Amino acid sequence: MAHNSPYLLKPASVRSVMLRVAAALLPGIAAYVYFFGAAILVQLALASATALAGEAAILALRRKPVWLFVSDGSALVTAWLIALTFPPVVPWWLTVTATLFAIVVVKQLYGGLGQNPFNPAMAAFALMIVAYPLLMSQWPAAGFADFHTQLGLIFGERALDGITMATPLDALRTALHSEENRATVAAVIAQGASFGTLGGKGWEWIAAGYLLGGLWLLQQRIVTWHMPLAFLAALGLIAGVFHLINGDQFATPLFHVFSGGALLGAFFIVTDPVSGATTPRGKLIFAAGIGLLTWVIRTWGAYPDGIAFAVLLMNIAVPLIDMHTQPPVFGHKKGDGA
Amino acid sequence: MISAILVMALGAIVLGAALGYASIRFKVEGDPLVEKIDAVLPQTQCGQCGFPGCKPYATAIAKGEADINQCPPGGEEGIRKLAELLGREVKPLSEEHGVEKPKSAAVIDENLCIGCTLCIQACPVDAIVGAAKQMHTVVERLCTGCELCLPPCPVNCIAMVPIAESVDTWKWRYPVFRMMPKEGKAA
Amino acid sequence: MLRALFKFNGGVKPQTHKLDSVRESIGQIPLPAELVIPLHQSIGGTPRPLVKAGEKVFKGQMIGAADGNVSAAVHASTSGTVKAVEMRTMAHSSGLGTLCVVIEPDGEEAWIETRPVAWRSLPAGEVRDILRDAGIVGLGGAVFPSHLKVQGSRSTKFKTLIINGAECEPFITCDDMQMRERPAGVLRGAAILRDLLQAEEVLIGIEDNKPEAIASMRAAVANLGDTARDIQIVPIPTRYPAGGAKQLIRVLTGIEVPHGRRSTDYGVQCFNSGTAYAIHEALEFGRPLISRIVTVAGNVEAPRNYEILFGTPMRHAIAPTRAKPDSDRVIMGGPMMGFAMPNPDVPVIKATNCILVGSPALFPPPEPEMPCIRCGECAKACPADLQPFELYWFSRAKQFGKAQEYALFDCIECGCCAYVCPSHIPLVDYYRFAKSEIWDREREKAAADAARERYEFRLAREEREKQEKAAKLAAKAAETRAKLAAEAAATAAEDDPKKALIAAALARAQAQKAEIQPDNIEQLTPAQQAEVAEIEARRAQIREIAHTPPENKP
Repeated sequence: MAHNSPYLLKPASVRSVMLRVAAALLPGIAAYVYFFGAAILVQLALASATALAGEAAILALRRKPVWLFVSDGSALVTAWLIALTFPPVVPWWLTVTATLFAIVVVKQLYGGLGQNPFNPAMAAFALMIVAYPLLMSQWPAAGFADFHTQLGLIFGERALDGITMATPLDALRTALHSEENRATVAAVIAQGASFGTLGGKGWEWIAAGYLLGGLWLLQQRIVTWHMPLAFLAALGLIAGVFHLINGDQFATPLFHVFSGGALLGAFFIVTDPVSGATTPRGKLIFAAGIGLLTWVIRTWGAYPDGIAFAVLLMNIAVPLIDMHTQPPVFGHKKGDGA
Repeated sequence: MISAILVMALGAIVLGAALGYASIRFKVEGDPLVEKIDAVLPQTQCGQCGFPGCKPYATAIAKGEADINQCPPGGEEGIRKLAELLGREVKPLSEEHGVEKPKSAAVIDENLCIGCTLCIQACPVDAIVGAAKQMHTVVERLCTGCELCLPPCPVNCIAMVPIAESVDTWKWRYPVFRMMPKEGKAA
Repeated sequence: MLRALFKFNGGVKPQTHKLDSVRESIGQIPLPAELVIPLHQSIGGTPRPLVKAGEKVFKGQMIGAADGNVSAAVHASTSGTVKAVEMRTMAHSSGLGTLCVVIEPDGEEAWIETRPVAWRSLPAGEVRDILRDAGIVGLGGAVFPSHLKVQGSRSTKFKTLIINGAECEPFITCDDMQMRERPAGVLRGAAILRDLLQAEEVLIGIEDNKPEAIASMRAAVANLGDTARDIQIVPIPTRYPAGGAKQLIRVLTGIEVPHGRRSTDYGVQCFNSGTAYAIHEALEFGRPLISRIVTVAGNVEAPRNYEILFGTPMRHAIAPTRAKPDSDRVIMGGPMMGFAMPNPDVPVIKATNCILVGSPALFPPPEPEMPCIRCGECAKACPADLQPFELYWFSRAKQFGKAQEYALFDCIECGCCAYVCPSHIPLVDYYRFAKSEIWDREREKAAADAARERYEFRLAREEREKQEKAAKLAAKAAETRAKLAAEAAATAAEDDPKKALIAAALARAQAQKAEIQPDNIEQLTPAQQAEVAEIEARRAQIREIAHTPPENKP
């Protein structure tokens, strides 16, 4: 069948979008390797292979064109986000299970590309942190980059404590909660070996890498400014207000922005178009909601970081947000006309 | 114990009174369901459903005396709409009531017509004009394609002619899915 | 001279491909062997044919008269003989036929008598009739009868007349070339419209990628002096679809005209520059619309603009530009909104601003359609501020009510959304599908409602007739009884009155039976008579069976 107008098409494709998103992750990954060793590369490879194989298998089962969809790059981005949000030294089977869950259950069972109501990487993160809270909370200390030991952690027996530790966010909250208001933010940060200038030692540089990649995505017009800005602004604002009220108990906005997955989330997770809001106002509300929830879960929750749960909660609200934020159609704007 | 029963009973009475009042206060005139069903039916008045017209069929559906798959002119689309309206399962058209045909209009062969007026009396929508001993003709614009004029004609001069698509009624087709460019290989 | 311009949201900037077809001046095309002139060339009613096969026609002679007010007349584009008035394939994606007047040119190009119209001294209604009978329709592509647009709104004072010379779609340069070569005609047409509409200002919007047209028009404004008063040439930024009427009105005045409203309600009206030229020709010289400038471009060796008579087969118009061998289709209009023609022999009509020859290399088939990832590119590109992906979901799922809620009919089918879609979804096809389905349902609904009304009317009539008959019978019976009673009184009641009543009725029935002879069998062939006799026999048989007592039935 001959196609109809428009006959001119812009040379854009889902693949090029996805591959550019993956490329934008590279500066952050480079910093990751520099500070925490090559283990993350192993995890990235594991997750990628699992995602592509899992996607291909289920596409074949669903009698869909396998190569067309496997090569669209969306599974790759999901896999990379899983690897980057998980501790780099989790055992191999955990990464594989999480990736399979994300691709098979969260993405393909809902109909595949474009149909999933939840962010696959974040759903996998939430599942694993509920199922294996201990494994998911053990992070290597900065500067610890003995690749052999890391491989042992990933593929062999669990090693002793001491090599791994809690993330800065986790450490801070645990300290503040357990010592019953005697510890202050400043004191904890001063004592802790894992803290750097802005966020966690090493982590702040990785975050800066994500920021760099994210700005490039903005320049490439793959993401709009709405979501990253609203997310970071909401997170920073609520953190700032509480920090001003009680600086001893609540960390600075900068600490929140440069800790955990905030900057990764701002440009790469919150901005997932499939499971997120789509109208300009909806994007602002959606991302701001994630920012607020993230801070709430980080501060009063029981998990190391709150982004995954915040994203999933806001995913649920997307249809409602989109429905109520439809932009006015041409000629139907308020206060317009004769 | 007794006070609890009394409270519950009182509650039941109050609510019952409120409901009773509401049913009188907000009483809907006529039977809106019949109207709604009738609005979905194609109004051919052909009687293929076994009822003398669309309205009686609508009434029968509303009363639960007839199924929703008895209207051949409405076809699958009509059944789908009825199912949606009534919250029922979509089912295939009942074969004993007929089959879905392309939309047609009756055409009288004017050379054969003997002017008996029988078809005029049969037409439910007054779409046939003519007088006794005069040749008759069908106003195509008004014909619903019910075929009720066919049996009474003594000279079999009426034929159903499918309505040809014109530029005004031409429709853009549903876009073809091109998701599987090499179907043979992928399957 | 500088005006503050406004912006419309969205839009895209595809490659313009305009340079190749403006190298040479507007050309002429030799007369074809036959001209096929469709009667239906504008929005509205189909004009009724005024000529029959064998008749001689002059160039400019009206061959189709406007059907009703929303319609425009059609004229012979050259002199010659009418070969036929018949169905021919239409310049429409459907490939369906339409009634056409086929003219064999005599080569004389003999004009029918034309004379200028003294439009200044005529009442507005008469000028509108003249425009309608001159066949003037919007030449931007929408072919809306222009005479309907030459009237202001009752509620709002008319302010701004806009002449659309934006011509935003790639490849098309017909308005550009007309403004370069015939600026005075366009301006005089604009001046006529200004005076008819009593506009305060006339803004001629031209995309800034046509500096030659802008310069030529500006020079002509200076030359024309007072005739061109209040007329401004306004260069506007090049961005597709800046030439959409609503978008252009927005850019030039800041006013957004909603779907379903007339722009005159906002004190604005917009005409294509080619239409202005045609109005000038019609009123100043009395020449009806019989030709237009058409860009012939795409996969051809020598793209160029030609003044082409309506009815010229597209193949004939493409010939001098030499289509390349790999050409596989002919598109009427531009690459963004044009329609593929069923074959290259369909005629050039009033809506043909461009004949675009396509090839697989020039317009490659889109890559496989992927699922929508809700990336929102389409919403960013939509000049009507719609959410195209939502409309896509609803159209695809045939949820037409929802699609209408999301303002499907505000979509102008400009194609920006499909142009940017990374999933290569033929979005506009889905909207076209949904729109035509909705129209079809509305038609069906109207037909059903009309049928219901007629049926109910018939039932009511039958009921009334029954009552009237009963009343008449009762009256007659009473009358007869009275008469009989009188007779009985007179003849001293010799017989039972009831019996007499029955006898009277019987006699009447007999008389009636003798009178009615329904079959007009005078002119029947023997075969038909036999058939009638057979049917009569069958009916008699059936009647017999029906009348036989049930126990005797087999």
